[in-house]
Formats: sequence, C-alpha cells, structure tokens
Amino acid sequence: MSDTPATAESITNTIIGFIAAQKTLDPNIITPASTFDELQMDSLDKINLSFEVEERFKISIPDNALDSLRTVGDVVAGVQRIQSENS
Amino acid sequence: MQRVVITGMGCLTPIGNTPDALWRSLESGISGIAPHIPDDNNPDPLLKFKNTAQVHDLDLSSLSSTQIQTSERCSQFAILAARQAAKQSGLTQHHAPANTAIILGCSTNGRHAEEPEIARVYRDNARVHPLSIPRSMASNGLSQVAIDQNITGPAFTISTACASGAHAIGTAFHMVRSGMVSAALAGAHEAPLTRTFLRAWDSMRVVSPTQCRPFSADRDGMTLAEGAGILTLETLASAKARNATIFAEILGFGMSADAHHITQPRADGPTQAIRACLEDAARTLHATDQPGDTQSLTEQIAYINAHGTATQTNDAVEAAAIASVFGHLAPHIPISSTKGFLGHSLGGSSAIETLITALALHHRRLPFTYGTPTCDPAIPLDLITGSPRPAAAEGPILALTNSLAFGGLNAILCLRSF
Repeated sequence: MSDTPATAESITNTIIGFIAAQKTLDPNIITPASTFDELQMDSLDKINLSFEVEERFKISIPDNALDSLRTVGDVVAGVQRIQSENS
Repeated sequence: MQRVVITGMGCLTPIGNTPDALWRSLESGISGIAPHIPDDNNPDPLLKFKNTAQVHDLDLSSLSSTQIQTSERCSQFAILAARQAAKQSGLTQHHAPANTAIILGCSTNGRHAEEPEIARVYRDNARVHPLSIPRSMASNGLSQVAIDQNITGPAFTISTACASGAHAIGTAFHMVRSGMVSAALAGAHEAPLTRTFLRAWDSMRVVSPTQCRPFSADRDGMTLAEGAGILTLETLASAKARNATIFAEILGFGMSADAHHITQPRADGPTQAIRACLEDAARTLHATDQPGDTQSLTEQIAYINAHGTATQTNDAVEAAAIASVFGHLAPHIPISSTKGFLGHSLGGSSAIETLITALALHHRRLPFTYGTPTCDPAIPLDLITGSPRPAAAEGPILALTNSLAFGGLNAILCLRSF
C-alpha cells in the first residue's frame, strides 16, 4: 500500500470492486452515478463498505458522513477529500 | 390437544446433504469420519486426534449475497436445511406465516466468523469487521431462516449444548400439540470445527485419537463433527387434509437436568427424562383418545437411537439409565448410535438423530452402530451392529431418541411410525 493518494479512477475501481463482491454484481453495471438504492445496498451494506474502504485506504470515515452517501461517486469524493485533508 | 407429525425433513451431514443421501449412506455403511481439513487447508500438528466428520460439497449458489455476507457456515447450514424441510412439506403454502414457529438449537454459532477476527486483534491489533457481530449471533441462523421463509410466528434459539436440537424439536412439538401454532420448523445446526475449538476439545481428553466406537469395550472417545437437521412439524389434521407424506408422529418429549456436574453425567438425570418422555407420550394418547398409558408405551419401545458418544462415561451412564427405566426389557430393545457414521455435531447431533429415527420408522429399518463390531460385554444392550436391522413389518413402531448434554441437560423424544 502506497502513502500516495490514489487517483479518482483507481478509487472508483476499488470501490466498484468492493460493491460487486459484496452484492455479487457484475462490476461493469456499476458506475460512479449508481445509487445505493439502485444497488439495493441497505444500511448494513454501507457499514460493510465503509469498513472495507477504511481498511483499504487507511482513512477514518466519520459516523455522520455515512447518511449523506447516496452514490458510488459520493464515496469516491469522500475518500479523496479525507485523503487530501490527511496529506 | 393436537397430534403432531413430521412432514418435511432437511439436513446437511458428513454423509449426505439431503435426507435421502443420508439414508443411503446409513444403509450402505459409509461413515463421514475422515482426516480433518481446516479452513486454511493447514492441518494442526498439535492435535492428538486427526479425524472429524465434516460436511462436504456445500453449495451456496442459491443464497443471496446478503445471506452470504451476513452469515457464516453454521447459519448457512440452517438456511439450506430449512429450505429442504419447508419445500418437502409445502410448509409455507399451507400454514400462515404468523401461525408457524421456528425453534432451532445451536450450541455454538459464529466461530468461523469470530475466530479469524480474534486472531487479527491479538496478532495485529487490527480492527474487527462490523459484520462479525450479526454473523456470530447464536440466533443468526434462526433469523436467517425466518427471513428466507418469511415466517413471522414465534421464533427462538435454544442452546443446551449437545441436547440443543432435541430441546428445540421437543419445544416445537409442545407448541404445535397445544395449538399455539399449527406448524413449526424445528431442529438444529452446528459448524464449530475451528482451530481453537478443536484444540480446546483436544485438551478435554474426550476425543478419540482413532475412531468413534459407541458402546464398544475399547471405545476411546467421541469424534467432533458439524451438520444440521431440520424438520417440519405440523398437526396431523393439517397433514391429512392435504394428503401430505407423514414420516413419523411425535408422541412425547421429556427433559431433565442432572444438577450434578458440568461435564460428568449421572444416570439419574436421563432416567428421569426418559420417564418424563414416556409420561408425556401417554398424555398425548389420553388427550387424543388413543389407547395406551405410560406402562404400555414403556413395553412397546422397539428402537432407541442412543446418544452414544463413545466416551467410556457417557455410554455406561446411558446404558444404566435405560436399564433403570426398562428393567428386564432393556437388553431386548434394539439400540444403535449413529455417531460412528456422523461424529458428534454437538447441538446438531440430536436433531440429525431425530431425523434419522423418523427415517428409520418410515423405512422400517433400524440403522446400525458403525465402528463397533460387538457391544461391550459390561453393557447389556441389544446393540445393532454390522448392518441395518429390519423392524417389524407391520404395526406401529415406537422409538426413543436420547440426547445427554454436557452440563447434565437431557432431552428425550418419543416417535411412532405412521
């Protein structure tokens, strides 16, 4: 794992990979615009995803941030923002 | 009071992942006891025993991603076994969700989810995966089955060590008999074969370093196992109304506590539980206008599926309890332990053995005691060895299935062929 902030593309691919594995979905149907509702991700799925993201990117997502996440792109933007704040 | 019958069965066992496959293995003498294959394929060199009885060819392809994410092996057994039982009986087509119960036994759940996380915490000071909480709940399997089958009636998990399944089936039997619900899914599921768990049992010095040989003079311990058995119980009236296949009738359920020792059994406890079971069966007969009483039932028992763990103590104590209840009849009652085939899946065993007893009554064939060529001369029982034994070709066959758990928790069920 590099300490260099990941690019938006690699973050997106990583998160799509997590969701595809978690929900047994074809990663090709998941895009940054995909909403959690469309992906049938409930609150537990979001907690699960948050844990995977935190572990992978070595960041901490605040509890109150989870409720505002609606799309895959929201997570990507959140990761980038936290990485930027930490760098 | 309602008569209660078994109209559906499901199982995952070391010798078959359906009741039909299980029965074929019992008939053809195929044991599931074999060298243990750990989750990481890395055998533990410190174990004094090498064998367990594991479930193979577990097919999870029909489970949803949510079910897989939020469960582990133990609960996955429950979902799959319950589906078989529900499908065979047509349970959800014939009984209202709120009028159906789910009572499952589980001695220890979630070890496959929890143990790797614990290792990471102590080794790496790592964080713990959030889903390890729901995955390791003792009641996870129960909730998974309720969600999967959309059953909304009474539902709870019973944890009484090796008697968990029998307590669950007995409790569900009482609930259906009383009219509280019209049907139930009842049984148990267990998948405890993790590294720490096996080492702990090794330290207990009750696991056979060779092969489980119930009631043999040279028996040297149990073989640990995993598996699940779940039954559909319903009223005789509802089963008859749609001409359902009835595998067996449950007549009675008795239970007791030794109140003696956390691991050492005492014959008084199972003796009391067997008597309570026969009295309870007599209550069923009386309340449903059938002839018979406790004495006649005692004289009619024609098969006992023993707890028969193959430890020196258990088998001697169980035989003493049988002798105490049945007196001069005891040496003439056909008895077998199926743990030589299946090992001991703790809470799961008593449910699987109840399922086997129902199959034996249905087929009128009594399974034999795999691994034991002859019965210990010090134990005067009519142990079925070598090959299955035909039961009476006609007329009702009455059977008991015994479960004697660590902590002195005893649960006995009385079944009758139908």
